[in-house]
Order: sequence, then C-alpha cells, then structure tokens
Amino acid sequence: MRRLLVLALIFPAVFVCTSAAQARQAGTTVSLVAYSTPMPIMQRLITRFGHTDAGKGVSFSQSYGPSGSQARAIVAGQPASIAFLSTGLDVDSLADAGLVSKSWDHAPYSAIAADSVVAFVVRKGNPKHIRSWTDLTKSGVQVVTPNPFSSGSAKWNVLAAYGAARKSGMNDHQAVQLVTKLFKHVVAQDSSGSNAANTFFSGKGDVLITYESEAYAAFAAGKQGSIVVPKPTMLIELPMVALKDAPSAAKAFITYAHAPKQQAIFAASGYRPVVRSVLTRPNLASWRKKYDTGTTFNIRDRLFGGWRKVNRVWFDPNMGRMAGIERAVGGPSH
Amino acid sequence: MGVITTFLLVVVVLPLAALLWESKKSGVHGFWQIVSSPEAVAALELTFGAAFTVALINAVLGTITAWVLVRDDFRGKALVNAVIDLPFALPTIVAGLTLLALYGPRSPLGAHVAYTRGAIVLALCFVTLPFVVRTVQPVLLELDEEMEEAARSLGAGRLAVFRRIVLPNLLPGILSGVVLALARALGEIGSIVVISGNVPYHTEVASVFIFTQIQNGYPDYAAAVAVILLAAAFVLLLAIGALRFFATRHERA
Repeated sequence: MRRLLVLALIFPAVFVCTSAAQARQAGTTVSLVAYSTPMPIMQRLITRFGHTDAGKGVSFSQSYGPSGSQARAIVAGQPASIAFLSTGLDVDSLADAGLVSKSWDHAPYSAIAADSVVAFVVRKGNPKHIRSWTDLTKSGVQVVTPNPFSSGSAKWNVLAAYGAARKSGMNDHQAVQLVTKLFKHVVAQDSSGSNAANTFFSGKGDVLITYESEAYAAFAAGKQGSIVVPKPTMLIELPMVALKDAPSAAKAFITYAHAPKQQAIFAASGYRPVVRSVLTRPNLASWRKKYDTGTTFNIRDRLFGGWRKVNRVWFDPNMGRMAGIERAVGGPSH
Repeated sequence: MGVITTFLLVVVVLPLAALLWESKKSGVHGFWQIVSSPEAVAALELTFGAAFTVALINAVLGTITAWVLVRDDFRGKALVNAVIDLPFALPTIVAGLTLLALYGPRSPLGAHVAYTRGAIVLALCFVTLPFVVRTVQPVLLELDEEMEEAARSLGAGRLAVFRRIVLPNLLPGILSGVVLALARALGEIGSIVVISGNVPYHTEVASVFIFTQIQNGYPDYAAAVAVILLAAAFVLLLAIGALRFFATRHERA
C-alpha cells in the first residue's frame, strides 16, 4: 500500500522526466536513472561508451530528475540498472529496499563517480564581499538555499555550514547557533536545488548556496554570477551504483566512467574528478587552479558519522535539529 | 451505471482510501502529533487563509468578469472570452514561472511581490480565475432581462435590482464556482512552489509541506496532513452545498 501511494504521488514526475531512448535492436539495454544536472555529461559518456568494445550493441534508456524523486521512483518499480544520485542517502534508500547491496560503497572509489564541494554563487563582482560562512550572517545579506527537508543539496549546505563552524573551533552549540543565524538570513527555501537556482538567478537574494558543479553548469548556460568557495567547505560525493539485477554492461559503464579520459570530462565540466591525477593534464590546468581551494571535510567525518546518522539527528521532521532551527527562526513564537 | 461506479472507484475512491490507509499506520497518537506539529499547523492555516481569500476575490471579480462578458459589447470580446480558459490549459508550474518573471525581483513592471504571502494569493487567483466566470456566465446568459426591466419600471433602483433580482439568480452559480476555486486552491502546488519561496511558517503551504515530507522520506507525515486537508475540504464543500441548497430553496418550492 505504501508503495502504491508513493507510486501514485511520483508517477506524474517520472512521466515528465523520463526520456526513454528507443532500443534500436534486441541487445542489452541499460537504464540509467540519474539526478538532473549531469545530463549533458552522461549523454557524452554514453555516446563514447558505445564506441568501445564493452559498449557495442548496448542501448541506454535515460531518466533525469530530482535525486530524491528518482530514488523513490526506482523503489516504486521504475526499471533501473544504474543509479547516479546526488547523495549517499538516496542510495541508502535503494539499499533499504534491497535493490542495491547494503555495502554499496565497498566498490572502487567508494562507488563515487565524481565529487563537488558546497560553494556560494554571489552577484557579479561580489558586491557584498561574501567570502566565508560567517559572512552569510552579516546584516543585510539575503541567502537562498533549498528546503533541507525536501532537497538533498540543501542537506549538504546545512552540514557544510555546521561542519565549517566546528572546524573553525566552535563547539556544537555555537555551530548550531551559527546555522540558526544563517537561516534567519534565508529569504527563500525552494523545494529543490534547481528551483533555488531559479529563484537566485531571477534576482532574489545576494548569495545562493549550491554545488560548485551546479554553479559552473549555470555559468555555462549563460547565467550571471561569481563563485566563491568558502574555506573550509564540505566535499560532496556523487554516487553511481549498479543495481543488483543490472546487466554486466552496467558495471562496465561505471568502470568506464572512472577511466581517466571520462574523469577529465567531469573535470572540465565543473566536477572534481575522483581520479585526481587527471588534473595534471595540461588542458585541465585552469580547472586545477579552480579546484585548489584548501581543506574539505566529508560526510564520514566524526562530526557527522555518515548519512544515516545525519538524517536522524538533523532531518527528522519533528525531532531533528533542523526542525528545531526552522522553529526558532520562523516558528509560532515569532 | 456499472461503468460510472468502476470509474469513480478507480479514479476517486481507491486513491482516497489508500491515503487514509497510509495515515492510519501512524496511529491516533502519532497522527495527532504530526498534524499538531507547529510547522504543519502553520502550513494548514496559511493554506486555508489563502484559499478563502482567493475564493472571495474570485466570487467578486469572477462575477464581474462574467457580467462584462455577457452584458457588455466591446471589440475583442471573443478573444477575452477565449483567454479566460488559458490558465486551465497551462501547466501550473509554467504559470508560476511566468508570474515569477513578471512580478519577481526583476519585474519589468516594477511590481515585486514574489516570495510573500501575497504572491501565493496572486498565483492562486491566476489558476482559479476561470471557475467562477464559467459557472456564472451561462446563468447570466439565461437570465431574462425583462425581470430586471420590470423591477426597474416598478421603481427599484439599480442596486435594489441587482440585490433582489440578479444576485439571487446568480448565487448558485457563484457558489458552485467558489467551491471549485476553493478546492483547487487548497490542493494547488505547481504555481506556488516556484513563487512563494516556501519558507516554513511564512510562505509554506500545505501542498508544499506534503511534497517536502515525501521528498524527505516521511510519507506518514505527508499522508496525515493530506488527510486533514481532505477532511477540511470535504466539510467546507458540504457546508457550501448546504448554503447553495438554502439559496435555491425558492426554486424548488
């Protein structure tokens, strides 16, 4: 019944987002279900994969949409061989449904296809001089970030702010206070990362908190702004996993995505490659400079203890720290 | 008859039953805890407040629009008449994005209302505009102008004619339109989600709250709030139905 309900709720979204490439011939079909932004990269990778020995005769169906919705669609029964999602939390939900191995991260590169970091997009020329996390809480600064309960990317943002505060020497209480103060400056909490970007680029706010890779994708699409990578910031790891019943071509594709040439494509598109050595290539010199941005911390840090713990402690709708923060910022006592 | 029963079962009854079933799983205590959580209460209050405001605006402006379309003659009337239904045809997310472009921070009209509660009302007005117009219009067309002329020749002022002759005839149509607009406004999400900013306790409506909980992996939260929305809507529709019954008591007598 629960599946039925979820299916009924997400069916329209899936219907809109799915662009199934027709299988030309009876061969192996790999269904890629991915989050929205990497669409251009994935299409390039799939075309290139088709020219390799492993990829000959393999046809792909591709579906792109918000990461959480995509994970839910797979759990509800959407055919998928490869899932490329924006948080490990979403892969965990596939593991809970028995669709991927519980130890999905015990794979090469911990099943991460590419990295990014939490970054700020500011107005061109950075008129409000926003450089660090604490700058977001200066008076008059308006912040745009998605709602952390609905958006995976907003979860990264909240944890990044908290983690950065802790790394700069604050204790737990002070760091939570900083996140609370930050959310007092949040003028819109859109439902997804792409809606938040839409809000910011339509002119609202002084700073958008987003993935570094999303920022470069937006600039490539002609949007105006400057990127600021705060120090320290959070490393975003983007998992790509094969489902249990996937054809072997799915695993071959994931291996292919980790090959240096493909990692270089990720690197040149604004992602941080997991095969760091490709950044020494001369044609990636400018990107190497951009990615050389001081320290990062990740979700396995002692501060967080992994996605499952974080989701319970921070994002439970009633007991989570974030629920308390939203209440403190805008709650009934306000 | 069997066809209609099956159709209603598949399209209406089963989905609603599934919803109730889902909410039942959290138990009475759990259900109450969810729907009385401050964020849910704030979202529900805002939703009903906005829906009532919009229904009221529609009742007045929709009736006037219908009046103009039926009683007045002007160039381009057919075009305006056709434009009324466009909000129905547009995917509401497109409506939201269009309104954002027009009334957002970069408004070419200098009107920046996006990310406020006013923006929610504006978006809802846009998507519910056709309801009252389309329910009042046919009644107005059918309305015999001789009745009004007779009243006027007997010395009734314009206001008295409207209040005692026109309005009672239009009321059932207006109420039908209001019911539709209200129901639609309670459940609307697409146009609101991009223009409201969705700040909890300020501009987060129930439908967005529900969506948020689903995305966060808490379908029980979503179902509980949806059930409240559904139940309240049902009571409201019944009440307006009763009002309508009362307003048309003379016709049945």
